[in-house]
Amino acid sequence: MSSFNVFDIAGSALSAQSVRLNATASNLANADSVSGDPNAVYRARHPVFAAVKAGLESTLGAGVAVQGIVESQLAPNARHEPGNPLADADGYVYSPNVNAVEEMVDMISASRAYQNNVEVMNTAKEMLLATLRLGQ
Amino acid sequence: MNLDAHLGVHAQALKLRSQRMQLLASNLANADTPGYRARDIDFRSAMAAAGQSEQASLQRTHQRHLPAGNVQAEAPVLQYRTPLAPALDGNTVDVQLEQAAFAQNTVRYQATLQFLNSKLRGLMNAITGQ
Repeated sequence: MSSFNVFDIAGSALSAQSVRLNATASNLANADSVSGDPNAVYRARHPVFAAVKAGLESTLGAGVAVQGIVESQLAPNARHEPGNPLADADGYVYSPNVNAVEEMVDMISASRAYQNNVEVMNTAKEMLLATLRLGQ
Repeated sequence: MNLDAHLGVHAQALKLRSQRMQLLASNLANADTPGYRARDIDFRSAMAAAGQSEQASLQRTHQRHLPAGNVQAEAPVLQYRTPLAPALDGNTVDVQLEQAAFAQNTVRYQATLQFLNSKLRGLMNAITGQ
């Protein structure tokens, strides 16, 4: 039945937004994971969303799918810390290219979007329950 | 007496409202999807189309074919929303606007349910004679 597609659509958005929240958590957690090798240092990860058809039977509506996680291509920040045991031959350590402000904004956006979709699901549930009580 | 005629437009309105709920839910779900364009249906024209297709009937070419009184209304025409401020990534979902439309659609769905409910209650009263 077509009305239940709402749960698929909102559910797909919930899972996509939680992937985004997970990526943000991982980025913030690793913001200070330094490395002596600029190629081995952690890079900020961001999910890429794409709209997908929710079900085969309906042509209405589209859910969200995470197409993949891309790593930021910005250069890691180099810091001169000769005392750090991880420092390379020139005394540099490389910290991840995570922008904490950007990540916090992303986190708030993901959390609001998640709440939004929970609200959609709750409203749809109430509407369907009211329809089930029709004629009683 | 024809039950479909008794329920009037409300049965179709309920179906259209639930389809619109699906569309608005997918607009809200794709609020962060790059390139996604918000869609909606024009309720008036969709309702008119549903009313027309109700009058269409299927011709029987064999006497053992089952009669099809009401032909299922086809899917409503989807239109793209005109964005007020499209995002740089091509997304045209305005979350506030979609939320407002979703709330409005929900209230109207419940109003339609009330209409249907009172029609059905009227029938029940007639049947039980109370």
